[in-house]
Amino acid sequence: MEVDRVDGRTPNQLRPLACSRNLLNRAHGSARWSQGDTIVLAAVYGPKAGTKKNENPEKASIEVIWKPKTGQIGKAEKEYEMILRRTLQSICHLTINPNTTTSIILQLLPCAINAACAALVDAGIPLKHLAVSICCGLSENGSVILDPTKVEEQNLQAFTYLVFPNSVHSVVPEESLRVEGEPMEHGIITSVTRGAMSVDDYLNCLDRGRSASSKMSEFLRRNFQSKVPDDSSKAA
Amino acid sequence: MGPRDGGGIGDLAGEMEVDAFRLLFPLRFYERHLLESIRPDARPLGTARDTSVALGAVGSADGSALAKIGHTTMLAAIKMEVMIPSSESPDEGCVAIEFHMPPICSPLVRPGRPAVAAPVISKQLSDVILSSQMINLKELSLITGKAAWMVYLDIYCLDADGSLFDAALLSAVAAFSNLCIPAVSVNEDGRVIASSGENREGKTMKELLNKEKRKLTLSCIPFSLTCILHKKYILADPTAEEESIMETLVTVVLDSSTRLISLYKPGGPFLAYTSVVQDCIALTSRRVKELQKIISEAISDMEAD
Repeated sequence: MEVDRVDGRTPNQLRPLACSRNLLNRAHGSARWSQGDTIVLAAVYGPKAGTKKNENPEKASIEVIWKPKTGQIGKAEKEYEMILRRTLQSICHLTINPNTTTSIILQLLPCAINAACAALVDAGIPLKHLAVSICCGLSENGSVILDPTKVEEQNLQAFTYLVFPNSVHSVVPEESLRVEGEPMEHGIITSVTRGAMSVDDYLNCLDRGRSASSKMSEFLRRNFQSKVPDDSSKAA
Repeated sequence: MGPRDGGGIGDLAGEMEVDAFRLLFPLRFYERHLLESIRPDARPLGTARDTSVALGAVGSADGSALAKIGHTTMLAAIKMEVMIPSSESPDEGCVAIEFHMPPICSPLVRPGRPAVAAPVISKQLSDVILSSQMINLKELSLITGKAAWMVYLDIYCLDADGSLFDAALLSAVAAFSNLCIPAVSVNEDGRVIASSGENREGKTMKELLNKEKRKLTLSCIPFSLTCILHKKYILADPTAEEESIMETLVTVVLDSSTRLISLYKPGGPFLAYTSVVQDCIALTSRRVKELQKIISEAISDMEAD
């Protein structure tokens, strides 16, 4: 069941990834993440003193501001802000800087999570692990394609955004990171779906998403590592 | 079950009143209960609260329903208006869904400041209702390219005690099943107007435009269940207190033919593994059967009156 994609990619092939960090002068951290023609710019400011009302002052709070390229923000953008805020909250160590606010400003979804994550790293905010996000689309004939473009998205029966943690290189023995025989990077941080599909199709999307997310987390790791020697040379 | 035997908390907790313990150590209070597979409101982990649906709660609306899940109360009302369909889809009507959280619903919502959760739930509801294809938008057409129905669905949260999306979706579905499309006719100018029923019949007999189509056929009705993930436990249908203490929520929406309409997990400290996802889907499919029964009972009660 092969589907022909407009840009000639195979169903599993992602668009070319690119990530550059530290683009904005005034922000504490910033990143530009692109997947093909989808480009997101993220900026991180913080931690700043104080939290908003109704927030727990014993923990750090995270604020996400979505700036559309044109026009005013509507319901869809509010939802994106909420999803992003909750996803990022789960990967940040909230107890390290209590009573502070970190603002993240973004000018699009799966792509935006990756961009926000890269910007947080660039700002030096302590994170538990990175979040890797991927979009899986389900076409009418039941086959799964990864990372659909906007045109492809409109023709799909259903699609789902999934966010997984990246694999952690740590001193803890690997067995303790496994939950019920599944490695930690198989756990879903965030899942958002549009359109109807069968349960099996969803599980199929999960598998495909996981294998793609491991490729992306490799990319992230390489990209971030290449940056480190630069910083140390500057310091020296 | 008391905090007295809550191991590792120390003497302070051992002598404390249960209520004080609940306020000071809410998470420990819950974890002690979870160990015994029970919740403070005496529910087992996988059981939802008592649910009731009353149809036709608002007399002036074209369709309405009041849904209660435990203390969470939602009032849904539908108003219909005739509009000119857009040129891209001349034979389709339109549905606009709005979710409101007035300050009365929760101490967390303050007057003058809109609740942050409201636009998010609005968006989720319209995504689920449209992607489930419960309503055939072609049925809302009156005259192709000239007139179609605009359906305004407003859902008011009267009491927010957790699982807001579940209650909102239930009330929305019930309101659609209660919907009675107003009778319309075409007047001399060729415009579609509402005809006010029997008392006009004596005068000029106007042709009713939608004589037989007064009910929407609802196919594949979606139902949802929200669960909390906490360590290895899955708590179905959380209350507001549980939602504030344990933050990982998963909302699964299945329709009557068990297609997955949405699996919504916005972050949270606990990760959902495949086995957990399957458990949540299994709990939801059980809940869908309960809710289907509740809705069909409400409809048959309404018809009996």
